Amino acid sequence: MWENIRSSLRGIWSHKLRSFLTTLGVIIGIASIIAIVSIVEGTNRKLERSLVGSGNNVTTVALSQDSWPYDFSSGVPSGIPVVSEGLLQQVRQLDGVEGATAYRTRQSWNGAYYLDRPLGEGTITGISDSFLDTMQFSVARGRDFTAGEYARGGKVALVDESTVENLFDGADPLGLAIEIQQEPFVVVGVIRDDNAQAAEYDSLDDYYMYGYRSGGSHVYIPDQAWPIIYQFDEPQTVGVRAASTGQMASVGSRAAEILNTNVYHDSIRYTAVNAMEDAEELKTLTNSIQLMLVSIASLSLLVGGIGVMNIMLVSVTERTAEIGLKKALGAKNRTILAQFLTESAVLTSVGGILGVLLGIGLAKIISVVAGLEFGVSVPWILIAVGFSMVIGILFGAMPASRAARLDPIEALRRE
Amino acid sequence: MLLELEHIFKTYSNDQLDVPALKDVSLQVERGDYLAIMGPSGSGKSTLMNLIGCLDRPTSGTYRLDGTDLLSLSDNALSEIRCHKIGFVFQSFQLLPGETALQNVMLPLSFAGVRRADRPEIARRALERVGLGDRLDFLPSQLSGGQKQRVAIARALVNDPEILLADEPTGALDQKSGAAVMDLFEQLNAEGVTLIVITHDANVGSRARKILHIVDGEILEHRESPQTAGEKGAEPA
Ligand SMILES: Nc1ncnc2c1ncn2[C@@H]1O[C@H](COP(=O)(O)OP(=O)(O)OP(=O)(O)O)[C@@H](O)[C@H]1O
Ligand SMILES: [Mg+2]
Repeated sequence: MWENIRSSLRGIWSHKLRSFLTTLGVIIGIASIIAIVSIVEGTNRKLERSLVGSGNNVTTVALSQDSWPYDFSSGVPSGIPVVSEGLLQQVRQLDGVEGATAYRTRQSWNGAYYLDRPLGEGTITGISDSFLDTMQFSVARGRDFTAGEYARGGKVALVDESTVENLFDGADPLGLAIEIQQEPFVVVGVIRDDNAQAAEYDSLDDYYMYGYRSGGSHVYIPDQAWPIIYQFDEPQTVGVRAASTGQMASVGSRAAEILNTNVYHDSIRYTAVNAMEDAEELKTLTNSIQLMLVSIASLSLLVGGIGVMNIMLVSVTERTAEIGLKKALGAKNRTILAQFLTESAVLTSVGGILGVLLGIGLAKIISVVAGLEFGVSVPWILIAVGFSMVIGILFGAMPASRAARLDPIEALRRE
Repeated sequence: MLLELEHIFKTYSNDQLDVPALKDVSLQVERGDYLAIMGPSGSGKSTLMNLIGCLDRPTSGTYRLDGTDLLSLSDNALSEIRCHKIGFVFQSFQLLPGETALQNVMLPLSFAGVRRADRPEIARRALERVGLGDRLDFLPSQLSGGQKQRVAIARALVNDPEILLADEPTGALDQKSGAAVMDLFEQLNAEGVTLIVITHDANVGSRARKILHIVDGEILEHRESPQTAGEKGAEPA
């Protein structure tokens, strides 16, 4: 066996160009499979981290209509009172709930300006004094809103680092005024998400809307100041922090139940945005895309296999005399069979290994360019190399059995 | 009796045409014999050698080697016989061009299942036996025709066969190296190797102990070679 493998490798090396061209199909097939798997795997990991693993275990309970988030820019619907402190208190007392806060938020494009400079993509959020604690945000610079500002709706703002970058070029924003809907708000503090991995999008819809880009810059004002810039009595969204990631789903749906006791609208209800489910849903999607792409790439492997079969047939013809000689010297049919099977399996395996290397390189490049995680896993590499070996054996079987059945007299007569 | 062929017929059937290559050939070879098979081109010499060498099966007849009836054996078993009991020497040497003399001689050892570690030593001894102990690592392209044929003979001998079969072993050689190969055969025969040499060269044939003349697939005569009626020792190569 070892001898066969060694002499196959020697043969491949002595016909470098021919071997390379022969295995090109296998190389390309395996490389694309590895690259595809890596992209999909990278996307999945990123999804998981950004949707679920934001680390603060906060489930968002938001109003939705026909399973679409309700958009308040078209007005305030009737029958949805503001979330009372009493209801929030009920939510906070649920098992597995560590904190709950009601807030109003707008996804917006250029929702704020500093002088003539627009914020770009981001959110404006009206918060109460329980917000920072529930979300596990902390004040990095400056200060939190005062109790008075929270209570009376001061025209002050907290911003995140991304806003500091986008509006102030990284300069100190404290004391400067930003404009939201033509109203000036003075920046009093910069806040930071205490969990290392910030959520990049809060829901599946955000994901579709914003794709891979970050969720943008976030500006926070006291909730009481909300009517100054948007609508009075606009319904809120509730953030509920669960004690553990595993409890997020159940905590979210129970909180939605409580909040819905106060909703008198036919079609608009509070619904927990279950990031976990969203992530799973997306993963199923990406996985089925992966399956499709991998099957397409397998076609190239099939073509590669046919190329290998062709070259093995040529090789058998070229070496007819050698085969005849070996048989005359006492080689059994299966010895010859094993020799040629090994040769084609080694050929495609080498192609497979080159393909894996190429695929890893491609995946690396793509992951850098597209900002994805690099997701090649060892099992996939083993599967790829094993698969290419199987292709060699499958497509080498016919040429090898032809070699094994060769009549030694015929073979020796041909010189 | 080492080798017994009785009433062997061999007919090649092409599309419509039947070519009778051997017609009722009977032949006995004793251990230690040295037999030359002679005859004109197309008379069936190679056909006969292929049958004796178990590369082919006759159309009818019986063939016993060392008492075993070979015609009832499977292809696999015949490979086994070729491997252990028969050594082939071809007119065109048939050495693998990419392998050294030593590697070429080791080839049959791998088919015989000899342990890999033991192979170089056995092969080296076989090459020494044919006087090429100093050419172990030469490639065929670096050897003369006569040396190549001696490597081929070493390869045929390496598994200690019962019979050495040579088809026109001097056919591709000049006079001098041909004579050297014939000297080597004589030496081997003196050492006890049973030899069957096919040739149409009367000089070559005359050095054997017995000569079998075959014409048109039939044995014309089977006689003692005049020069070897008495005992003859090995000549230096
Ligand atoms: N595979 C075959 N198919 C058909 N006829 C064959 C085949 N092999 C040999 N023959 C015929 O059998 C006869 C004997 O052939 P063989 O090769 O045994 O002759 P030979 O005595 O070895 O001749 P040479 O001295 O030229 O080598 C020839 O007439 C040849 O044409
Ligand atoms: Mg012949």
